[in-house]
This record gives sequence, C-alpha cells and structure tokens, in this order.
Amino acid sequence: MATLKEVQSKITSVKKTKQITKAMNMVATSRLRGAQTAMEGFRPYAEKFSEVLGNIADKAGEAASPLLTPREEINKINIVLMTSDRGLCGGFNFNLIEAAEKLMKEKVSQGMDVLFTNFGKKGRDWCRNNKQQITKEYLNVVGAKFGFNVASTSGQELIDGFLDGTYDEVYVVFANFQGIAAQPPVVKQLLPIPVIDAATSGTDDDASYVAEHIIEPSPDELLNEMLPKNIFIQIYNGLLETSTSEHAARMKAMDNATKACNDMIENLTLAYNKARQAAITMELMDIIGGAEALKG
Amino acid sequence: MAEVLKLEVVTPEKYVISEDVEIVMAPGTLGEFGVLSGHTPFLTSLKPGRINYKDSTGKENLIFVSGGFSEVLPDRVTILAESAERRQEIDIDRARAALERAQKRLAQEKADNINFDRAKIAMYRAIERIKIAETQGL
Repeated sequence: MATLKEVQSKITSVKKTKQITKAMNMVATSRLRGAQTAMEGFRPYAEKFSEVLGNIADKAGEAASPLLTPREEINKINIVLMTSDRGLCGGFNFNLIEAAEKLMKEKVSQGMDVLFTNFGKKGRDWCRNNKQQITKEYLNVVGAKFGFNVASTSGQELIDGFLDGTYDEVYVVFANFQGIAAQPPVVKQLLPIPVIDAATSGTDDDASYVAEHIIEPSPDELLNEMLPKNIFIQIYNGLLETSTSEHAARMKAMDNATKACNDMIENLTLAYNKARQAAITMELMDIIGGAEALKG
Repeated sequence: MAEVLKLEVVTPEKYVISEDVEIVMAPGTLGEFGVLSGHTPFLTSLKPGRINYKDSTGKENLIFVSGGFSEVLPDRVTILAESAERRQEIDIDRARAALERAQKRLAQEKADNINFDRAKIAMYRAIERIKIAETQGL
C-alpha cells in the first residue's frame, strides 16, 4: 500500500502534466484554424488553375514538354517526404514515414536508387538514422506560416534536378487532411507529370459559352509555362495539407493525453481516499484499544 | 451581351480582389491588353506589371502582379498570379531592398547564366512595385 504522501505527490505531478497537455491542445486548435484558413484561401487558385491547365492541355500538341515525358530507363528517384518538425502528435509522422519506406523498398527492389528531399525534421531524422541519401532538407516550414515562395523555390530545384538527369522520377509523400480524426498518408507522382485530364471543369457554367479561347503566346508555350507552376501548386498543396494534418493530429493526441490524465487523477484520488480512510480507521482502533486497556 | 464584367485576382494565399468593374488593363506577355464586358474568350500568360481597372464607380485602381495567367470570358476576367498587391498594400521599403539586391547580383553574374535572368526578373518586379507605389492621385 502506497503511503499518503506518495499518492499525493503523484496526483500533483499528473495534474501538472495535464496542464501541459491541455495547453498544447489549445495551441494546436488555434494553429489548426490558421492552417485551415490558409488551405481554404488556396483552393480557389488551385481550382481555377487546374481548370485553365486542363483547357490548355487539350489544345497543346502531344508531349510538348520534357516534364511530361516519362524516361525509358529509371535509375534514380527522389522522394519528397513531408513530415512535421516536432513530435507529440501521435502516429502522424510514423504513418508518413512508413508510407515513404514502403515506396522506397518497392523501388529499391526494382533496382533503383532512392534519394530523399525532406520537409520536416522527423522525416529527416529518420533518413539520417537509416543512412538514406538526402538531397535537400527544409525545416521550419511544415506547421509554421509559410508563403508560396517556399513551394516555388523547392519546386524549381526539383525540376532542375529532374531536367539535368540527377533523378528520373519524383514522388511526394504527404498527409491528406480529411478531418480531425483522419490524415492518411498519400503518395503522388510529381515528375514526370502524369497525364493531365483535359478540361474536367464540370462544375462551372461551361454551357453558357462555346467560343474557342484565343491563346497567347501559343498553347504549347503557355503549357510550358504552366507546367512548372503546376508542380509548385502540388508542393504547396502538400505542405498545406501536411501542416493542417499535423495540428489536427496533435490536437487529437493531446486531447487523448488530457483524458488519460483525468482517468489517472480519478484513480489516484480513489487510492488516496482509501489510504486516508485506512489510516483513520487504524488510528481510531489504536485510540479505542488504548481506552479499553485503561478501563481494564 | 453581358453587361457586367467581374474582375477576380487570385493568389495562392488569398483572393486579392473580386468585384464588378468597367474596364481592365493587364500586362500580357505579348503586350498589354484591355478588356471590356463582352470580350471574346482569351487566355494568356502575364508578365510582371500593373493591372489597371476602373471600378463600378469609375474610380481607377492599380494592382501589382508578379506575372501569372489570365483567363478572359465575356463576363469575367480571372487573374492567377503568384503574388499580387493593391497599390496601398505594397511594401515599398521591401521593394527597394529587393531592387538593390537584384542590381548587385546582376553586376556579379554572367549574362548567359540562369541566375542572371532570375535577377533581371526580380529587378523588373521591384521597379514595377516602386513605380506603382509612387503613383499619385489614384
């Protein structure tokens, strides 16, 4: 049986832990809101862009850009792994890393070399511990406030590396934000760009106009200009989704931790009360025993 | 033909503007173009520069765009830019610093280098931002 003092100090320590997890939960909640706003702000741009891109892809000639052409021989691939910088967010990073590892093993078994580009410290640490080749790492992006320029700078580097033959395919692994409870990892091919669906903009009032667009400078040139931007958009989207997911995962994890603290405090308080009652009973027995003996 | 013309300027971060306008002038790669309501569908890339539009009250406004794309429909102009700022939102000190940086880099790099081209574009963007910010009377 634990002594009263031991139980008491345990309760105090669990209460303090609870304060921390509760605070982290609240911080994550407010950051989540910010990240969601950023995601919503991005959506109109992304939707409009893919609509226009679909329009153009329709009119441009076949395989107009090297970014669209698959290589015949694939020796090296680059995996862009997006994780968070910090932990305490449940299985979030583990899931992402597991997805990347699966992809890596699959490619290695086909005789390819795998490089990594890391967004986020957790993925980078995993790569280091497993002796993976890291081409580039970007920290303090995921989960923080970042602009589109992060995506365009890193995207340009990936495109340069692809074009000069450093690697033949680029994949991105990021978390898909489906809600507070679910952020499954997603693997997407970035380069070469998979076939673009021609004009899939079914939601708009397309029927109202039928006239052909005049396109300047020319469909091919415009496509060539839009394709790199499309890569940047994908990266930006991945970063936004991963950031939002990170906060959601942390919120959930911290919520669970707070609940676990509450359970523990309840159990400990029960134990404390039991111990206190036992002590009182014992003292009473002593007193009564003493009194009886005096009467004698 | 449609009477109204809606101008939408969208960046990855937010909607910069979305309002009904009378006329829009935008910097296409092949030259500046103007759009009135009822324009034929038109798609072009943009170079860094200014968008000049007259809103429904007849007031003229300037927006800086860093380049991007524009889709014109009879009743709508959509501008997709990587960054865009209304005249009063431009950070002129930042633009001046960027201009200085770009000029320094231009002095160092060789003319056929890709960095040279990038610095040139950066310089052009900075100059255009400063010019718009300093425009009076709009």
